[in-house]
Amino acid sequence: MRTKILVVIALLLSGVSSVFATPQIQHWQAPSGAQVYFVENHDLPILDVAVDFAAGSSFDTAEKTGLAGLTHGLLDLGAEGMSEDDIARKLADIGAQMGGRFDADRSGMSLRTLSSAAERDQALNILARVLQRPLFPENVLAREKTRLIASLKEAETKPEHIAEKAFSKAVFGTHPYGLTAEVASVETIQRTDLEAFYRAHYFAQAAVISIMGDVTRAEAEAIAQQLTGQLPQGGDAGSIPPVTMQINASEQRIAHPATQSHILIGVPGMARNDPDYFPLYVGNYILGGGGFVSRLMNEVREKRGMAYNIYSYFVPTRQPGVFQIGLQTRKEQADEALQLVRATLREFIAKGPTAKELQAAKQNIIGGFPLRIDSNRKILEYLSVIGFYGLPLTYLDDFTGKVDKVTVAQIHDAFRRRINPDAMATVIVGAPDGKEPGDKMEHGQ
Amino acid sequence: MRARLLKYLVFMALFPAVTAHAEVFEQTLRNGLKVIVKEDHRAPVVVQQVWYRAGSMDERTGTTGVAHVLEHMMFKGTRSVPAGEFSRRIAAAGGRENAFTSSDYTAYFQQLHKSRLPLAMQLESDRMHNLRLSDAEFGKEIKVIMEERRMRTDDEPQALLSEELMAAAYQEHPYHHPVIGWMNDLLAMSAGDARAWYGLWYAPNNATLVVAGDVKASEVFALAQRYYGGIPVRKLPARRNFSEPPQLGVKRIVVKAPAQLPRLVMAYHAPVLRDPAQDWQPYALEVLAGVLDGNESARLNKALVREQQLASSAGAGYDSTSRGPGMFTLEGTPSEGKSVAELEAGLRAQVAQLAQDGVGEDELKRVKAQVTASEVYKRDSVFYQAMQIGQLESIGLTYKAIPLMLQKLQAVTAQQVQEVAREFLKDDNLTVAVLDPQPLSGKPKRKAEGASHAH
Repeated sequence: MRTKILVVIALLLSGVSSVFATPQIQHWQAPSGAQVYFVENHDLPILDVAVDFAAGSSFDTAEKTGLAGLTHGLLDLGAEGMSEDDIARKLADIGAQMGGRFDADRSGMSLRTLSSAAERDQALNILARVLQRPLFPENVLAREKTRLIASLKEAETKPEHIAEKAFSKAVFGTHPYGLTAEVASVETIQRTDLEAFYRAHYFAQAAVISIMGDVTRAEAEAIAQQLTGQLPQGGDAGSIPPVTMQINASEQRIAHPATQSHILIGVPGMARNDPDYFPLYVGNYILGGGGFVSRLMNEVREKRGMAYNIYSYFVPTRQPGVFQIGLQTRKEQADEALQLVRATLREFIAKGPTAKELQAAKQNIIGGFPLRIDSNRKILEYLSVIGFYGLPLTYLDDFTGKVDKVTVAQIHDAFRRRINPDAMATVIVGAPDGKEPGDKMEHGQ
Repeated sequence: MRARLLKYLVFMALFPAVTAHAEVFEQTLRNGLKVIVKEDHRAPVVVQQVWYRAGSMDERTGTTGVAHVLEHMMFKGTRSVPAGEFSRRIAAAGGRENAFTSSDYTAYFQQLHKSRLPLAMQLESDRMHNLRLSDAEFGKEIKVIMEERRMRTDDEPQALLSEELMAAAYQEHPYHHPVIGWMNDLLAMSAGDARAWYGLWYAPNNATLVVAGDVKASEVFALAQRYYGGIPVRKLPARRNFSEPPQLGVKRIVVKAPAQLPRLVMAYHAPVLRDPAQDWQPYALEVLAGVLDGNESARLNKALVREQQLASSAGAGYDSTSRGPGMFTLEGTPSEGKSVAELEAGLRAQVAQLAQDGVGEDELKRVKAQVTASEVYKRDSVFYQAMQIGQLESIGLTYKAIPLMLQKLQAVTAQQVQEVAREFLKDDNLTVAVLDPQPLSGKPKRKAEGASHAH
């Protein structure tokens, strides 16, 4: 990062003085139609590449939940001329690491390899075939379906998974963001389903390629084309329908033998391109995002010792993702903890943060900005997000300035518009004793 | 003359011989605090880590978990910094911070912009000798720790299985006890126990300070002297050197917990690295773990998950670096319709095949290629590089041995891998632990979709 300095931002904020450089992001469209985001850096003999598609779990249908995930999972389990074992072995032979990313919006593959020619070429050849010539072998699909079903059944016994599942349904209803893989529908998935899903979503114009590290611009251009030139052309990814932002209050209490209750509270929150992104992001730091110094942490853990883990976050996705507060606490005090969390949230929504809290939040987020881009891996992650969500190329350059501009009034206003404490979804798994399992549904509070 | 000589002596004492190892520099302060600096100028950030050579293996029966309790209490205020203020000041400086406790050590860290290192040092050195440990703060924090135990262990069947496995495999060695402590010990613990622990182990001569990032070693040494130099040295208690008595035959345990799938763990006692130059078995065991589970095409995944479809997952584990004794583990979850006994037979067949036929040169080469690449990838994380230094120093080895350790790993032969498989993967070294899944008594009933919903 020392070698590529595009912008040097000097800022003075309440005695915090930082000078740092952001990586220079190069962007172009490959002949294949794919969008490419590249940061050239030769400090380390490493190349990191990621290729993402709009093919996450929200592109599933209720009849075929798990299809998007299986398609993603099978990409590197057999490709033209290579069995799954060949792929794994040839990567291991050169010490390359292939990984994946899969969430509600995105499905992607990533690769880390030594940048020396022999290793790099072999690794990229494998990635190119995995992305462009996956075979989805019948026997592998059968095995992976069995494994997925086993893990889904296992998840059904775990309080955190039971809670997440009930909670997504309560927040998103029938919207695809509320879909989770179901055993019955996974059982029906066929190889032809994977092929059709692949053709519809993994096409060149939809690909976002992120390249970070020890290659030149010319090499990066060739790599981008190599990885996407043979992809299907002109598919139609479709779009994710809008999310219904207002929900009714609901409370589900689900019995579980665990010693702790798992509590989730939330509503649909914000999208990645949301105009309120920065007020909500900074505000959430104050409410429950800021590690040991947030309000929720202070009230629930520091003052009363009622939980080890307590947090709040927004998931900023294509359409508004969830805003969620979560904690685990000893069953006997679950109701007390729930009341405390609700009161803390209510207070925050009603009055907003204090000027002092906002100042502390800005000091942390702005002062800590260099930590966000201090490794190739972290920069690659930013390239993917910037590319996938179409954020400005100056996103990293603008970041601290945008945080600095946030006001108490903006946070107060944004939270009040987004979060109505009287209309939120609550799920308690491992509900306090004395409650009937699953059949208490309170409307309103 | 005399005055000048005195000055020179003071200078020598303040700045003892600085030794350099690649871009790593070290110096030991007069009070015994070892300071190690890894310069890495890629980004304007720094990490400070302080490692105390005190972990759960130094605890005594009845107060298990106290090392970890003290780790939590270190955030609860000193004579000059009130409870919670440590975290607030680090946060206000843009920093991230936390701490971790293991069986072997307890470590604290902050990551910040390089200009804020003095603040991190001021706060960290303060709590090295000025902790307040009030009864009121202890009373709240011990509850947090019990919640942590419930979350991480009591409600996590696989964690319970590991806990019970360790308790069975180690009869005498303190690895018998979980790092977080037994719940009864947490319930009985007092602030006095935490104070006693702090008094025993928190001293500059029982710590290693590691600083890595965009810093100059000479400046870090000067800062370290300024902030840590005045902390008095303390006489450390004698450490009892526990050795696990020889095992007399295979041990088997069963853990019942709410779950769907069973799980099997087979743990064999195995040696760890004590002399990086002379030892060879730990290196061979590392390679053996790589051959079995180093990548997706490694033996266990290939044979048991993909080909025989006996397991939905299978793995092997071994760590050659620890203060206490070592363990080589095989583990897995049987596929639907397969039993734990069938999986155990499958794992044993892999062991038998290793002992009989050894490993191929191609497998060996593959594991070594991964070791080589990992060494390069490691350089992308300043934090991890500091971790590796602190960990080795805290378990009685030295970061200076890293190049030698890599050479020795590269020199491991197929013959050696076969020999360690034969010598250590045998029943008299073995503890088998099985998770026996129990139905959830109050199986969740689901409302019809949308019952609570009005879009």
